[in-house]
Amino acid sequence: MKGYKIAVLSGKGGTGKTTVSSNLAKIQKSIYVDCDIEEPNGYLFLKPEIEKVKDVNVMIPSIDYDKCTLCGECTRACRFGALTKLIKKILVFDHLCHSCGACYEICPYNAINEIPKKIGAIRVGRSDDIDFIDGKLNIGEASGVPIIKEIKNLIKDTDKNVIIDSPPGTSCSVIHSIEGSDYCLLVTEPTPYGLHDLKLAVELVKEMNLPFVVIINKSGEEDSIIENYCKEESINVLAKIPFKKEYAELYSKGNLLIKEDDEIRHTFENLSQKLMELIGK
Amino acid sequence: MKIAISSEGDNLNSNVNSRFGRARYFIVVDTESMNYKAIGKTAASSAGGAGTKAAQLLLDEGVDSIISSNVGPNALEVFQAAGISVYKSINDTIEKNVEEFKKGTLEKIELPTNNGHHGEH
Amino acid sequence: MKQLVILSGKGGTGKTTVATALSEIVENKVMADCDVEAPNLNILFNGEIQKVDNFYGKEVALIDDGKCIKCGLCETLCRFDAISDYKVNPYHCEGCGLCSYKCPSGAIKMIEENTGEIIVGENKKGEKIIYAELFPGADGSGKLVTEVRKKATENKGDCDYIIIDGTPGIGCPVLSSATGADIALIVTEPTVSGFEDMKRVLEAIESFKIKSLVCINKWNINKDISNKIEKYCQENSIDVVGKINFDETVIKALKRFQSINKFPDSTAYRQILDMWEKIKKYLDERMDA
Repeated sequence: MKGYKIAVLSGKGGTGKTTVSSNLAKIQKSIYVDCDIEEPNGYLFLKPEIEKVKDVNVMIPSIDYDKCTLCGECTRACRFGALTKLIKKILVFDHLCHSCGACYEICPYNAINEIPKKIGAIRVGRSDDIDFIDGKLNIGEASGVPIIKEIKNLIKDTDKNVIIDSPPGTSCSVIHSIEGSDYCLLVTEPTPYGLHDLKLAVELVKEMNLPFVVIINKSGEEDSIIENYCKEESINVLAKIPFKKEYAELYSKGNLLIKEDDEIRHTFENLSQKLMELIGK
Repeated sequence: MKIAISSEGDNLNSNVNSRFGRARYFIVVDTESMNYKAIGKTAASSAGGAGTKAAQLLLDEGVDSIISSNVGPNALEVFQAAGISVYKSINDTIEKNVEEFKKGTLEKIELPTNNGHHGEH
Repeated sequence: MKQLVILSGKGGTGKTTVATALSEIVENKVMADCDVEAPNLNILFNGEIQKVDNFYGKEVALIDDGKCIKCGLCETLCRFDAISDYKVNPYHCEGCGLCSYKCPSGAIKMIEENTGEIIVGENKKGEKIIYAELFPGADGSGKLVTEVRKKATENKGDCDYIIIDGTPGIGCPVLSSATGADIALIVTEPTVSGFEDMKRVLEAIESFKIKSLVCINKWNINKDISNKIEKYCQENSIDVVGKINFDETVIKALKRFQSINKFPDSTAYRQILDMWEKIKKYLDERMDA
């Protein structure tokens, strides 16, 4: 049987996606998958032993001047301005290339070859009793979506449960991270910023038809700002993780909360149990 | 000599547009006769790579020089490779810029004025 | 006119809190929110909407059912898994146009897609803010950031400063937020992830002609890591212009929809004020563009 895929997202950055994902993965003994390829931080908390590093490449055009007639068809086909025709050659701007293959398919003289270009890497390892996967985009590269797709391919058919730590925001890299998940956890904080960005994340998961619940992190006396909204929208608030200075300190050092504090361990055990009941339904 | 200037409007009295890639118009002027044509369908609204696309457009027009302000690194690379000179525009009309160009007072741009990145994605 | 961009790498370190405080401290400025996926700057700035422009971020393929002969060539060619059962998934479509070029029956058109809005607002003091909203799930946030920057320049009038609340991460939108700015203020926090992400973002903007300054927010949460950050900055000749205390007032103010400036006696406010004096010196030293 295939395992469940649970995606953790937030809209706003810094609300506690990685805290929720890493602790939950540990509690559930699920595979932890970090799709926040611009700033993957899960490894700082799970301290995995990396067993395998795999480069992620995209294909970019290379012109074969023995065949090229400088007809310019490729430059007209490229909608991203990655190819420019000069009098004697075609300039290729690989950082503008989206690897769509249009130039390669359009060239009437088969004068374009596709060559790989590394944009980042995927790491696979173990953090004690759980599997660990993360991806990292090289600085200066435009899009991390190819890395996310490769990560998603790795976990497609696993029979274990998977926790996906998604990037912040609501853009297309978030879509690729959470697509195909069985359940989404929307992590927010009880501030006007948290609420504003939670609404955007809710809009996104609703549009994708994914079932979801909300988790309030840094919870305290002012939770009503989130709770009132969730009530109006009939959204289930599955758990609250209280704000404590000790937690902030543990986090700052890169410690897993559930390893250091029994109370928070309970919170996560409850959360996990309730989540499994929901998914089971 | 045939020169192209990034422009806000479609004639010689229009003001220059300081952004090369996403300028609304290019005015291509023959500096001897002062005959000109406006190219309205620039890369201003395109999906990406606005700078290189605009550069290709002007290359295909066969211009010898460009007058603009914010020419990004990609477009500049194209012009340098094609042997086309790029001059920094002054904040005035197209006509005035052509006059200054003829007098040789416009500053030549050698390095990208915008060392950076233009949100092509 | 000088431009200050506030970045962080990691989200939630306090970019917007600092930007909001500066919006009250600094006079004669335009504010720009480049976090187009989660724009929060206007929540406390309270700009009334003056103008909304649609943003067309990309093209997507559209298949005309009437002309489609169901040959499936488009699905085979598409590298983005954007076509199945002769339908286009706009979230996956990259807008490359390959399907449209190759369709034997001319059934595929590329259409511009409205993927967001750019908003110009003005608060009661007559100060302007530019922000944008990228529709959830849309692509092309880097381009939208570029449009926000452009709009901010158009609206700068006689202002001395443009203050830009940047994007988290290290990708295209971040680089677009920082391009052409005079100074980048990196707001970090003394956590292992805050430190790592600060290093990543410094590396990302290294090749730009921007002076980087660092602010350690909530610095006393972990003094050990704060020291490490300071040491790192010293070794790399980056000035740490501010160390802001973890101050409950910040959260209290935010929860009441108020800027920290409403609490002028608070430690955090005084520290931000001091920090601005230092940043201002650096800004004024920069040559006018």
